[in-house]
Amino acid sequence: MATTKQNVARNVTTGNGAENSSSRIGVMKTYKLYIDGKFPRTESGRYSIFTDAKGHSIANVCVASRKDFRESVVAARKAQPGWAAASAYNKGQIVYRIAEMLEGRRDQFVAELMHQGLSSAAAELEVNTAVDRLVYYAGWSDKYQQVFSAVNPVASSHFNFSLPEPMGIVAAIAPESNGLAGLVSVIAPAVVGGNTVIVLASEKFPLTAITFAEVLHTSDLPAGVVNILTGTQKELASYFSNHMDVNACIYAGTNQVAMKSMEENAALNVKRPYFYGKTNWLSEDAQSPYRIMDLQETKTTWHPIGQ
Amino acid sequence: MMKDSHSVMSYSYLNSPAIDQVGVEERVSRLTKRSIKKESKLAALKLAMSMLDLTTLEARDTPGKVRQLCIKAMHPHESVIGIPAVAAVCVYPNLVRVAKETLQGSGVKVAAVATAFPSGMSNRKVKLEETRWAVNEGADEIDMVISRGRFLAGEYDFVFDEIAAVKDACGTAHLKVILETGELSTLDNVRKASDLAMQAGADFIKTSTGKIQPAATLPVTLVMLEAIRDYYYATGKMVGMKPAGGISTSKLALQYLVMIRETVGQAWLHPDWFRFGASALANDLLMQIVKEQTGVYQSIDYFSKD
Repeated sequence: MATTKQNVARNVTTGNGAENSSSRIGVMKTYKLYIDGKFPRTESGRYSIFTDAKGHSIANVCVASRKDFRESVVAARKAQPGWAAASAYNKGQIVYRIAEMLEGRRDQFVAELMHQGLSSAAAELEVNTAVDRLVYYAGWSDKYQQVFSAVNPVASSHFNFSLPEPMGIVAAIAPESNGLAGLVSVIAPAVVGGNTVIVLASEKFPLTAITFAEVLHTSDLPAGVVNILTGTQKELASYFSNHMDVNACIYAGTNQVAMKSMEENAALNVKRPYFYGKTNWLSEDAQSPYRIMDLQETKTTWHPIGQ
Repeated sequence: MMKDSHSVMSYSYLNSPAIDQVGVEERVSRLTKRSIKKESKLAALKLAMSMLDLTTLEARDTPGKVRQLCIKAMHPHESVIGIPAVAAVCVYPNLVRVAKETLQGSGVKVAAVATAFPSGMSNRKVKLEETRWAVNEGADEIDMVISRGRFLAGEYDFVFDEIAAVKDACGTAHLKVILETGELSTLDNVRKASDLAMQAGADFIKTSTGKIQPAATLPVTLVMLEAIRDYYYATGKMVGMKPAGGISTSKLALQYLVMIRETVGQAWLHPDWFRFGASALANDLLMQIVKEQTGVYQSIDYFSKD
């Protein structure tokens, strides 16, 4: 990795104007990973320097390794049964709480997205979409089960019914294009359905992803339910799809070679691969209860009854 | 080895050295930073597998559960070639016969806990009787507990005599002495109890029953290994070591192996001289072995539950 260095970034500004003051040295945020409800540095010790449009370095970003991913899967597996057992009402409340926390820090997110190259209008739209999407999925929390469950007519004297259950662990590679709205759009439907998630942030917007982890961290979301890594798809994509303890993988990119290898790897333990590369993340078409159902298995129960 | 009479004379639990806790912790933190990769890692994982005392010590254990554990002990993961059987299966005395019959001819030993395990709160007659009974049922190894209350009250002679009597009752069976370090409070006590147990005739010294927290830890194991080393220098006799309880990951198991190699040396890197008392560790070792061979991280879903 040619750009990987361990220098301290010169200057981080997230809208508080620290760089303009000559008498005071700005306090810079260390962007780390988010694993198991904690903010560890990557075990590999590698960083890349993130630069703004003018070429000024604004932060050091962790380059996560496969071992960081492995630790995330362990955390996600540990958290999954408890999260799945939480009531639909409680899960909905927590996802709504994430939206509230994000709304409360909107200025910070807008400024940070602008530092990563967006115009002010585009940054506003990203944040609005992300908040609205969280509220949308919070609403579905106690409704998708009703919509997608069924009582099935059967020939024998059985009461036969089907209902959705979470798959387990979802490993997702977030869209490159929309650092916040895209990230939220892959996390929310998985989490609201009782899954736990490991997500690789956009390489273009890694800072937003880690700041979003701070939002998750203050939203009563149990540790390990969402784990966020920053790093490169090139290095990590194969582990996302071949880890035997992952139950579904999502790829929001469009690289055909990556998709093919993900499908092949997914066959190892018959995990479900999903490719969301063609989605326009800012449009309402990007949100749907079917995105929740992509990450659910259907369980059918036969219950004997008399006449 | 050095065996001059002076050091034999001076080596007694009555003058065990004091332990520098900060020094022990610093030494441990250095030993846990070694990097073991590729072929060395694979070899170490298999070695750890061969050193396992696969353990089930629950009041709800049944003959069926013990049989299942014995099968796992002999055939940990048949779909991969070259995985060794474990060293022993560790059960309560009333299940020794079942284990012995299932393991017949496999080379896997049967270890039984005895002497009113896990508390040891009974009289000597009952403890000796239980030991003889377990040996009669077919146990190759006896895991006894020391009387921690008496030890902490300073009645070292009582504890010494009890270990010696149980050793006698074992006959040809190996004796492992459980110090239950989680109840001994200080590393000084751990050292003294280790010295005492070895002098009373222990073939192995073992950290814990697994019923008390904290169970095995690296610092406690280091203190015990140093006692074993000093005892060996003084007498020329090798004593085995068994940390038990709380060792559930391969990473930790490899750190223990590094510690043995660096403290007592190569000779102890053998199932005759070192054991892990564990149950969940087996599957983690298997998952890591398969990961090393396939390059793919594994899931517990594809390994037998024991």
